Amino acid sequence: MDNDIFQGYTGKALAILQKYNVRVWGKAKMETTRGNFEGTVLPRAEHQDDEHIVMKIATGYNIGIDIKTINTMKEVGYSKANYAIPEQEFPYSKGLPGVKLFGTGGTIASRLDYRTGAVIPAFSPGELYGAVPELADICNLETEKVFAVFSENMGPAQYIALAKAIGKEIEKGIDGIVIGHGTDTLHHTAAALTFMVQNPPVPIVLVGSQRSSDRPSSDAALNLMHAMYAAGHGDIAEVMVSMFGPTSDDYGLLHKGTRVRKMHSSYRSTFRTIGHTPLAMVRRTGIEHIHKDYKPRRKDRNVKILPYFSDKVTMLYYYPGMKPDTIDALVDAGYKGIVIVGTGLGHVNKELYPAIERAHKKGVHMYMTLQTIWGYVHMFVYDTGRDMMARGIIPAGNMLPEVAFIKLGWALGQTDDPEKVKELMLTPINDEITEREPYNGYLVYQGGVPEVEEFVQKVRK
Amino acid sequence: MKDTFDPKANYKATRKKIGYQPRKKSDQKTYDRIGFMSGLEVHQQLKTKYKLFCRCPAGIYHDDDNYDAELIRHMRPTLSELGEYDGTALMEFKTRKNIFYRINNENACTYEVDDTPPFLMDKEALEIALEISLLSKLNVVGEVHITRKQYLDGSIPTGFQRTAILGVEGTIELKNKTVRLIQLSIEEDSCREISDVGHNRIYKTDRLGMPLIETVTYPDMVNPNEVKEACDYIRFLNRSTGKVLTGPGAGRQDVNVSCKGGTRVEIKGVSHTKWIPELTHNEAFRQWALLAIRDELKSRKIDPEKWAISHKILNIDKLSISEKFKKDHLQQNEKLVLVKLPDFQSILSHFTQPGKMFADELSGRLKVVACLEHPNMFHTEELQPTFDEKFWDEMRKTLKADEKDAMLIFRGPEDDIKTALETIQERCQMAFEGVPKETRKSFEDGTTIFERVLPGADRMYPDTDSAPIPLPDDYIEKLRKRLPKDIIDRYKQLKKWEIPEDTYTYILSKNLFPHIERVIKELHFDPKFTGTFFGQYLKYVEGHYKQGRNFDYHIVYGMFKFIRERKLEKNILYPMLPMIYEQPQMEFESVLTDIRYKPHGKEEIIAPVDFLREKFREIGRKTNHDAENNWIMGELRHRAMGNLDYAILKKELNSKK
Repeated sequence: MDNDIFQGYTGKALAILQKYNVRVWGKAKMETTRGNFEGTVLPRAEHQDDEHIVMKIATGYNIGIDIKTINTMKEVGYSKANYAIPEQEFPYSKGLPGVKLFGTGGTIASRLDYRTGAVIPAFSPGELYGAVPELADICNLETEKVFAVFSENMGPAQYIALAKAIGKEIEKGIDGIVIGHGTDTLHHTAAALTFMVQNPPVPIVLVGSQRSSDRPSSDAALNLMHAMYAAGHGDIAEVMVSMFGPTSDDYGLLHKGTRVRKMHSSYRSTFRTIGHTPLAMVRRTGIEHIHKDYKPRRKDRNVKILPYFSDKVTMLYYYPGMKPDTIDALVDAGYKGIVIVGTGLGHVNKELYPAIERAHKKGVHMYMTLQTIWGYVHMFVYDTGRDMMARGIIPAGNMLPEVAFIKLGWALGQTDDPEKVKELMLTPINDEITEREPYNGYLVYQGGVPEVEEFVQKVRK
Repeated sequence: MKDTFDPKANYKATRKKIGYQPRKKSDQKTYDRIGFMSGLEVHQQLKTKYKLFCRCPAGIYHDDDNYDAELIRHMRPTLSELGEYDGTALMEFKTRKNIFYRINNENACTYEVDDTPPFLMDKEALEIALEISLLSKLNVVGEVHITRKQYLDGSIPTGFQRTAILGVEGTIELKNKTVRLIQLSIEEDSCREISDVGHNRIYKTDRLGMPLIETVTYPDMVNPNEVKEACDYIRFLNRSTGKVLTGPGAGRQDVNVSCKGGTRVEIKGVSHTKWIPELTHNEAFRQWALLAIRDELKSRKIDPEKWAISHKILNIDKLSISEKFKKDHLQQNEKLVLVKLPDFQSILSHFTQPGKMFADELSGRLKVVACLEHPNMFHTEELQPTFDEKFWDEMRKTLKADEKDAMLIFRGPEDDIKTALETIQERCQMAFEGVPKETRKSFEDGTTIFERVLPGADRMYPDTDSAPIPLPDDYIEKLRKRLPKDIIDRYKQLKKWEIPEDTYTYILSKNLFPHIERVIKELHFDPKFTGTFFGQYLKYVEGHYKQGRNFDYHIVYGMFKFIRERKLEKNILYPMLPMIYEQPQMEFESVLTDIRYKPHGKEEIIAPVDFLREKFREIGRKTNHDAENNWIMGELRHRAMGNLDYAILKKELNSKK
């Protein structure tokens, strides 16, 4: 606890603070070779250097002082900031659907962390109501923090815990489920839940935000409203991702959990349905269906929870000149399933064939997916494709690489039998493989082309 | 019991009561009486290749309708680092604005619209800003921390401005006093507003992200002229580096004003320093008037806690109002709402600014907060009444009001009525306390209008997307070596050179000092002549001739150098300058040909004097000796141009009878 009064300071900077007895949150007066400074000492992010002290000056700005320039300093007061989202009890409104929000971490609701200088998750119905009061007009909200991890730290253990929690909630009779999630691996979790929570009677909506909720222009509030609406009022009882359609504050899109992918590192409209159209558009006031056939909401509670996952699965992103020892190494390390992300229609070079044969003989399950993201694996077109199938690689249709990886992990969590695994892999649970690709399932426009420019200028994006 | 209240008389009487007088009739005593106090926030765009946090080109602007894409955002208040919601933030949230951004691919990328995190701060901009910090004698920080400053009006798509302090506690020397500086920050410039009607506000993003510095002074100025002087000084100091942008919008200032017992009010975006005196004068008196209103309300023994407006949504069809009024002022789906302000008679028509009264304070807020377009409000104390007494009598009955109460009617869509009523209640309640903290928009006539609630330090929080930038001593020392002279030192030097004082503003504002100094020191021209040539004649030429492409002040130095090398008499500079100003690419030799310069020796020039003297006597209308010499001067002037000092020529003439 002793260190806590010098939050984040280490080494030389810590020594200076201790020498002059100035605490974090203390009001300090400093005399330095660059003149005098006055302000409140703030915590320092741990990964930053030990040569500066951070202060908030009277005008609200932060500045750093180089400790080498400090002649003397003195603490003349102390006031610790109290950082809390104003919490108010979430009101209950008769007639509104009950929605359960599972928190997993991520930026859908977050606050600043002085230790790291980053944003950390914070979540309760009261806090949410304080930040987004409009939610009370949409549903009656309950929340549960299942765990708090950043999106990149989500994994099999979390998928399983989440699937079980969802199962319990459905049994209890909830009208819809929303899962707050970091965006980086949102689509992995969406795929995992599609396979682990089958035949759900209510919507299961995953949502995140591309701009943290500590920013005035954050997409968090609107995304949350869209997700709550889809979960509470929507008729689509599937595992879905709800995120911004355009980058503007306008409508959200509901994507199937198995066909969705994060396509831009920072855009708000980063999530796109690949190889198909999204399920629906969602606004705070209603849903416009795009797909005519979907799995509708039901009154029963006949959900099947299949919480299995083997972590002996890996992915291999092929590149020209790849050496066979990469595959050998994976096999020798004990991996039982490999999802290969191949070029073009699903290819790798001949040099790898012996390694593939060896893996197949050792019982490794191999599935082929595509770097092109869009389109189907077609291994009959060229000899190489036929050669590979002969050596045990199974084409995974138009299944997205990440989805194939999740599904193979889920399948191998249940069986080792190659035929059973193959059946699980190739029998779609919710369109992870589709029989046909609609013409508008692939739309990547090129900027600069006159008709595209005209479209962009006219239709707000 | 007829109401005999006369708003016009009340307006005049209240103006007199607070002792308002025009600026021309005011002196330091006037300002001491009301406790005038003012400080400045001077903004200056830097001349850099790139914007501050992305690699878009800086300084490329486009027309309102020239855009490639448009997108919409809404702003929500968030908690500041110290855990409070900011007042401004809540006000802007109430207004429920749709903010549209127009993007042109030439000068904006995904950073401007907050779809890409910031890149590293532009080094060129940081160095210029640090140079200016050093010139402003500020204590330069050891590490630059980029802070987010919330702006919920939409002027920045992120909802915050990235800004960072470079130095604190500096000083500038005015002629007769030292003004203290609070701080200097570097920040990204905001969007330019295209329009703001109802709930839709449109911005363009060309200026967004341009590097900008803000110099903030303490409220050390005690009269309007001093505020202007300080502002000019800071602007000249910025320009003395030669590394800042000039031209419309490149320099703008916010002026903080208060009077004794008043509060800090910020007048935003004043683009000319010449407007500052009138604006600050009127603002100090507006506050003085609001304090008088407070005292008047106090004397009426009203409990401010219990004071509340009452209202009624009127049935337009049953009102005795003219069709013309309906046509002019009522849009479809708009309602008329009648509001009673108990015990507020004579307050609405109380003087606040020249031509403005307290009612305008309400009307301004209704526009900004409730999005009701002007004219949004009609009341019992209008100087040009919209409705007659009979109408108001009827209205009084409707809300059981008597003559001690004031009444108003506002118009607006149903959705905005709640916010409008809250706004009226809130502003009136503030009248019991005096002067609300706000920012105000300025008009050329020297008056101001409500813009928004004055934001506090509560709107600052650290930018988690950017790492701090250390500023080690050796880096600062390197920058210190390239600093220009202090403005006050330049001022003193100009005085020493005996250059006329009325030229200083022009010389300093155009940053001509370095050119003058070079001409004097390197080419050894007479200082007084050089300064006057730049400060008066160049100014005259700029005002009367059309500037050619690529003209810059280095060419003027080149002209001095040319005549020095050619050993020409300096009077030839006068005919040369306008030509060079209009055609900067012209060779100096060609200029000489164009003005028909011919070399002549002194003897050659004065040789025809005797002949001319006789000629004059022949024509001889006048016998006056001076007239004769002047005429001869005129005849010989062109020959002397570039060859002989006119003063010497004159002397020669005078010596020869």
